[in-house]
Amino acid sequence: MTKEYKTINEIKGPLLFVEKTEPIGFNELVEIRTETGELKRGQVLDTSNEVVVVQVFEGTGGLGKESTVKFTGDVIKMPLSPDIIGRVLSGSGQPRDGGPPIVPDVSKDISGAAINPAAREKPRAFIQTGISTIDGTNTLVRGQKLPIFSGAGLPHNDVALQIARQAKALGEAESFAVVFCAMGITNEEAQHFMADFERTGALERAVVFLNLADDPAVERLLTPQLGLTTAEYLAFDLDMHVLVIYTDMTNYCEAMRQMGAAREEVPGRRGYPGYMYTTLAIQYERAGIITGKKGSITQFPILTMPGDDITHPIPDLSGYITEGQLIVSRELHRKGIYPPIDIRPSLSRLMNSGIGAGHTREDHRAVSDQLYAYYAEGCDLRGLVAIVGKEALSERDRLVLEFADAFERKFVNQGRDEDRSIFDTLDIGWNLLSALPETMLTRIDDHLIKKYHPRYRKKE
Amino acid sequence: MEVGTGKVHRVAGPVVQATGLKSHMYDLVLVGEEGLMSEIIGIAGDKHVIQVYEDTAGVKPGEPVKETGAPLVAQLGPGILTSIYDGIQRPLPKLVEASGNFISRGLFVDGIDHKKKWEFTPVVKKGDKVEPGQTLGTVQEQLLIKHKIMMPPGKRGTVKEIHSGNFTVEDTICVLEDGTELPMIQYWPVRRARPSRAKQAPTIPLRTGQRVIDGFFSLAKGGTAAIPGGFGTGKTVMQQTLSKWSDVDIVVYVGCGERGNEMADLLHEFPELVDPRTNRPLMERSIVYANTSNMPVAAREASIYTGITTAEYYRDMGFDVMMTADSTSRWAEAMRELSSRLEEMPGEEGYPAYLGARLADFYERSGRVTTLEGTEGSISIVGAVSPPGGDFTEPVTQNTLRITKVFWALDSKLTQRRHFPSINWLDSYSLYDLTLEPWFVENVSPDWNKNKRRAMEILQENAELEEIVMLVGSDALPEDQQLTLEVARMIINFWLAQSAFHPVDTFCPYKKQFDLLKAILSFRDHAFEALARGIPTDVILKTPSKDALAKVRLLEDYEPELNKVLAQMESEFKTMS
Repeated sequence: MTKEYKTINEIKGPLLFVEKTEPIGFNELVEIRTETGELKRGQVLDTSNEVVVVQVFEGTGGLGKESTVKFTGDVIKMPLSPDIIGRVLSGSGQPRDGGPPIVPDVSKDISGAAINPAAREKPRAFIQTGISTIDGTNTLVRGQKLPIFSGAGLPHNDVALQIARQAKALGEAESFAVVFCAMGITNEEAQHFMADFERTGALERAVVFLNLADDPAVERLLTPQLGLTTAEYLAFDLDMHVLVIYTDMTNYCEAMRQMGAAREEVPGRRGYPGYMYTTLAIQYERAGIITGKKGSITQFPILTMPGDDITHPIPDLSGYITEGQLIVSRELHRKGIYPPIDIRPSLSRLMNSGIGAGHTREDHRAVSDQLYAYYAEGCDLRGLVAIVGKEALSERDRLVLEFADAFERKFVNQGRDEDRSIFDTLDIGWNLLSALPETMLTRIDDHLIKKYHPRYRKKE
Repeated sequence: MEVGTGKVHRVAGPVVQATGLKSHMYDLVLVGEEGLMSEIIGIAGDKHVIQVYEDTAGVKPGEPVKETGAPLVAQLGPGILTSIYDGIQRPLPKLVEASGNFISRGLFVDGIDHKKKWEFTPVVKKGDKVEPGQTLGTVQEQLLIKHKIMMPPGKRGTVKEIHSGNFTVEDTICVLEDGTELPMIQYWPVRRARPSRAKQAPTIPLRTGQRVIDGFFSLAKGGTAAIPGGFGTGKTVMQQTLSKWSDVDIVVYVGCGERGNEMADLLHEFPELVDPRTNRPLMERSIVYANTSNMPVAAREASIYTGITTAEYYRDMGFDVMMTADSTSRWAEAMRELSSRLEEMPGEEGYPAYLGARLADFYERSGRVTTLEGTEGSISIVGAVSPPGGDFTEPVTQNTLRITKVFWALDSKLTQRRHFPSINWLDSYSLYDLTLEPWFVENVSPDWNKNKRRAMEILQENAELEEIVMLVGSDALPEDQQLTLEVARMIINFWLAQSAFHPVDTFCPYKKQFDLLKAILSFRDHAFEALARGIPTDVILKTPSKDALAKVRLLEDYEPELNKVLAQMESEFKTMS
């Protein structure tokens, strides 16, 4: 039996304070009806014998002391069925494409229980994205969460779309789905994504959640939970490999801060709530593979670093949870290089388990390390050149400098629709390295040099 | 104390208030119809403040709160080794059996198996007087680990009965004259340190097989080390390498707020690892705590204490234990999160004012000790801190550095250059340097510290020269300085860099470390001698033996090759003109 109450005592920002209720459960789903009959939904944030605090997802506009509050006695659940594929939903899970409501096969609690670490399978299946800076030097594996750290005005969305288009496992045809969660992005950006999904037919295998910039900020707190619950259903109930892209985590965190301030919580760093780390972790950690299940969840969160500052709490905390990061560089973008991924601060923590013999090719690790080393050194040398000029460099340093330039032009740079195989990527790497004397290839074992170095391969 | 029941008054996230309880601070209580494991963390008027180790969704005011009358305890006894626990010592594989792939709520699982029978062999007999910590008998817990069943701390008496044979951990194995019945299992409150007789000075090094650590910044047995590193500095790989290769008997790994996939990697990889000294699975002498970042924050806070308590238990048997805490920053963040939920007055950067005290309490539980029984055991702690944005001035790092004696400064610049282990040789330090010197002189070579200092000087000079090079380029330097740059490069690339993924290079014994460094220094001496003879630097640097030296470290049986390279070097320099 659920009772309705008209005992709203206080409304403050997105929060309702309801008095004189029966005992109400923490996190319970709440339905609020305005006097004009409009229905809004909310969630219990704090419950006690005296007062219940409800956060309203659709905003408190139109609510007054006469509004009725109904506690459903249940936590928020996502209705799910195979028909959800191909649908466009709002940030709070309502149809946005004019289609009918989802008739659920199952309804799942969206809060996301933690996967038991002992039930996790170690991610090790290589995913080929067709982008050299990812496949070659920051390899993605299935079940990984690899965010794109970007800045305002950089083409991170194009990179994400290209990954969504091209991502595949080597030599396997498997059922594959994309869950796309947009949080607080502009209408224009949303259209860009939707147009690309339609152009490539990706929408047929995608579930889209759209919370746009002018939708209520609180609703954003729900969007990734709904998206990931959907992803878990597709992956672990329907055996699909799911790629979850969500953009923009910065907006999500802003919404969290907004809520924290409304609740008058003690703020943590830069005003973000102290539990932001745990809340982010609960989302990000829903990536993975479960032993004995066929499906997997791979996550690509996109976040724009305010002021390109990687030490800002959002990228900082994200970086501690995710398995690496891809950094989109303003400098490379200005040079006209696409995708402008700077491999130096980028990292894929799961790379080692997905590369090498049996996954990609035996020389992958060595080639990648060697490319990294000389590119990093070459970039350092640019600073020196700016002061003393190229002429003052030693012969070795000049080679390294030239290597770094060529690396950006040939390895990093590629077309928006160019889908390079991992073997192409490694061969481009070898071609670049072959401009250096063999004695400089200190990170590559001799037998690999003999087998893959272009000089020896031509003889074959 | 009588065990009663109270009622939930308020629920806000993991913090619950309840009325009608008599429990003391840090007592364990079970909240709600589902009996969620929780701990009393404050008492205000008639209300108890409780932190819940599990998700509180759906818990209502008015639901019961059951008291247990005891604080959070660890279950100590045979069967701990090889276990994989969450932060409150629930075996994760048992949780899979109980609730499937996702962890559900209100599950209680024993930390050790209470049904399994162990063969107990007594070492005391009827009429013996037994003191606290004294061994009553032993159980062969693993093939190579003999588990001592000890008198609980604080208990003494005269043995009236002692049994021998197969028992569960709950069966009585010993009865004292005063009627006390002793089972094998002990319960110990995790927030209280287990007692020992005396602490010993840190005079024995902990061998790790990592050149940059053993050779430059060594840790003593019973010592404490901090690994700070922003994300992406190779901290986790470093810690796992340490767990694999350190010469300790028992490894306790606490994954506190870390990544699920990383834990999965560890949980898959650990059982496959073979102990290089015994050829037995490394897991047989390991205990893993895995409380990932998305598991309840209160259990994350508890995991460090649970971990150190089991470490102390094995130390009390006379074992050398290494505890790795990855990461204490996540632990501190759990404290911060809970503190802010309690609406406590925040200290620096929102951390509670007691942060420093808690960190100190934890690290002080390390040490090489004389146990209650008079044997020797040790706990070395390696704590990772993850300073936000690599900023070492933040409170967790600063408080940690005040306590720990060794600092392995992981450097993201080195990671970017793919230099591993990415320990910065200029910023790191070890305060055990002098206390350990006598051991190295006696056991490896009298020149150990001398060579180390020479190498450090070269690296220091290198750093200064590099600044000049940044301004004017290396060609502008005098020849001897160019040579120093090259020697430093050799030390960095041939000696400090070590691949954790290369089967041989991943572990380097003391002797090999010493020989390799000596060879590089000997190249330096030859080179400077040649320079003095008037041979130009670029001729010296083209010496083939120099490049040959680079690959010696990759050989298991390195000595013949090293001698060959050294002989080649000798002759090359002799004929050089």
